[in-house]
Amino acid sequence: MQMNTPPPELLIRPLGEAALCCAVDGAITLEHQQRIWQLGAGLAKVAGVLGLIPGMNNLTLSFDPLHTEAATLAQAAQALWGKPARGRPLGRQVDIPVRYGGADGPDLADVAAHCGLDIDEVVRRHTQAEYVVYFIGFQPGFAYLGGLDERLHTPRRAEPRLAVPAGSIGIGGAQTGIYPLATPGGWQLIGRTALSLFDPEAEPPTLLAPGDRVRFVAEPT
Amino acid sequence: MIEVLRAGPLTTVQDLGREAWRDRGISRCGALDDLALMRANLLVGNPPGAAGLEFTLGPATLRFDADCSIAVTGTDADALLDGQPLRPWWRQRVKAGQTLKLAAPRERMRSYLAVSGGIASAPALGSRSTDLKAGFGGLQGRALRDGDRLPLAATTTALPARRIGLAPPDWDATVRALPGPEHEDFSVAAREAFWDADWRLTPQSNRMGYRFAGPELRRERGGELASHGVLPGVVQVPPSGQPIVLLADAQTTGGYPKIAVVIRADLWKLAQLRLGATLRFRPCSADEAVAALRGRQAELDQLRSALHDR
Repeated sequence: MQMNTPPPELLIRPLGEAALCCAVDGAITLEHQQRIWQLGAGLAKVAGVLGLIPGMNNLTLSFDPLHTEAATLAQAAQALWGKPARGRPLGRQVDIPVRYGGADGPDLADVAAHCGLDIDEVVRRHTQAEYVVYFIGFQPGFAYLGGLDERLHTPRRAEPRLAVPAGSIGIGGAQTGIYPLATPGGWQLIGRTALSLFDPEAEPPTLLAPGDRVRFVAEPT
Repeated sequence: MIEVLRAGPLTTVQDLGREAWRDRGISRCGALDDLALMRANLLVGNPPGAAGLEFTLGPATLRFDADCSIAVTGTDADALLDGQPLRPWWRQRVKAGQTLKLAAPRERMRSYLAVSGGIASAPALGSRSTDLKAGFGGLQGRALRDGDRLPLAATTTALPARRIGLAPPDWDATVRALPGPEHEDFSVAAREAFWDADWRLTPQSNRMGYRFAGPELRRERGGELASHGVLPGVVQVPPSGQPIVLLADAQTTGGYPKIAVVIRADLWKLAQLRLGATLRFRPCSADEAVAALRGRQAELDQLRSALHDR
């Protein structure tokens, strides 16, 4: 990937008196997102910064307004933004073993029917792609993954389930993801992993982090 | 140890919440009325952020199996220690074996109990606060139940003997807020309505967020927003046009436009608003918001040194 083009403009707006929202003025691309992660890593070292939340091509930072000022942090953010992007992307390669179909993926047949593919082909395409964790939200460790094969895009279920088991792999529209915790949810469930996505006793507490690259690996059924 | 004889409808262990791992989707959590918890802690000689109990309405009954000092703050709830009235917002010595009965408050919503030394449940990710949604922190990540036992930290310092009380802070149903990033995307009428209306707190409200009912707030400009980080205090407006104020347990990201952000120094007031009551938002500047926070911190520091060794 060509990473040394000049960065797009970074818009910084206050979110109350104790947070700033920094957003890329431009299209949502992986290149922009990598700059967002890099900005977050840089700002984590700035005094007075408390929390950093990458979103989709934006970064929200909270700070202690009794120990630093919004203007100081905005200046620091712009200075970091101007630095050349790293050639090598952040993040680790994480393989997620998945049991597809059956009780672990009760909607796999529906997804196959919707996509006009057979079940093996859905699994093949789902395991073939390399996904990128754009950001984490909704639940601890819930990764918003980019990279789902367009042929697998499937609308959410008309009736959300009241309880989706932890570890379930789902497809909702153009997104695929893993539920770290049992929760109500409307995504089409195609499989399940035995890996723990969230462990409050571990540091870091989640398996996945922004910037990680994810592959799903089919386990024999 | 504290034995929970009657837990009440929603009683949780809370401190001031966690700041780390926000990028991993970890919510802040912590006492909704942080001011009440900090003042209760100072009364019993604790650091302001020690873990205490947050009671939602009540009633609750607790038995202490060690000598300690306690303070109940947040509301005007009647409390009895072995049948003797105990004044809210006052420090009280407790002997091992005594039972505290906390009634539901006549006014307000959430009472807090601080115990000298603090509740010593295991910390998780830098805080003892209960995360009800993700099921960790506090006592097994859940609200207290009848029969639970809560560990207390052993206090090394002598318990303060003197009875000392505080005047409750002035509460009213008005919070100051700054315009949010999408404030100007709303119609002029919607903006005026937001700042002028009495917003009614609906039953679809919890520690994650308060949903209010009032005039419909229509957004005129801007398309769908990319998912972005949110914080307690953010006032977001979903397509229904009815605002939601995010609170301590809110998830870390959202996608709705943000018409305003309640200032940090006034967030505690939301904790004490009753369902069905109305709230007003008053616009203020960022300078006023920081000054209010600084003023509050100065008062707490002053209180801490005034209470030191007393």
